[in-house]
Amino acid sequence: MILPVVVAAATLLAATAVLALVRVEKGPSMLDRTVALDILTSALVGAVALEAAWSRRIDTLPMILALALVGFVGSVTIARFASVEPEGEGRLLTREELAALEAARAQEADDDLHRHDDEHHGGTATGEVTGDDGTGRRGEREAGRHDDGEATR
Amino acid sequence: MNDTLAGVLDAASSVVLLAGALLTFAAGVGVVRFPDLLARTHVGAKPQVLGLMLVLLGLELRLRTLSALWVMVLVVLFQLLTSPVTAHMVSRAGFRTGKVDHDRLVVDELTRDMERADGDVEGPRVDRGRPGDATT
Repeated sequence: MILPVVVAAATLLAATAVLALVRVEKGPSMLDRTVALDILTSALVGAVALEAAWSRRIDTLPMILALALVGFVGSVTIARFASVEPEGEGRLLTREELAALEAARAQEADDDLHRHDDEHHGGTATGEVTGDDGTGRRGEREAGRHDDGEATR
Repeated sequence: MNDTLAGVLDAASSVVLLAGALLTFAAGVGVVRFPDLLARTHVGAKPQVLGLMLVLLGLELRLRTLSALWVMVLVVLFQLLTSPVTAHMVSRAGFRTGKVDHDRLVVDELTRDMERADGDVEGPRVDRGRPGDATT
């Protein structure tokens, strides 16, 4: 087998993989990425087949079979279950947006914690020294509730 | 004579492998260059599968063993069965979630059908019996 042919075919397949990755990065929606990943899988199958043809081996054929099947399952799953996405979700976040999102999430978790405290589900015992984070708010709440709240504990 | 045959088959294998790689490359170019989801779905379904078939044919021309042939037939069969399903589901999901530019479409049967289905749900059942509906 002529080496230039193999090199040319391998170059084409590698270029295909890179182009598919470009679309995966850019793709405005999840579905575009799915299609691009399909093509990436195909290029991978082609590369494995090319290597098998170059060295005349058949032990990599099961790999080709598995790749062909896995690509299908992934695409259909995404098309069926993950195609509905909120507006603006289909892109990478900038660093600032990510920071804002994380802060919002932390705040939410924090609020959640305090909500549970309010309802006395497994809150800390009365008079226990809590961490410096919740101390201030907790103290105020305790003070306001002294007349009726203590009976429920 | 046998050596000649082997040489010819190897040469044919090289040509077919190269053609398959070219078609796969065409799919890669298309997925980047094509403007909207449906066009990209097309490029993921047609040239990609033909390219894969050609690469596998080239591999078989090179290997020349029967056991490898069956696995490859299986792979091609799976691809022919699954890639239309994938393309259909991706296109339909894209259509349903509003990722299709309706101005680009030449034929748009799904919108018509969906509108008629909506009309059925909202309007009275008598609408079904209209002569115009029966002919379409």
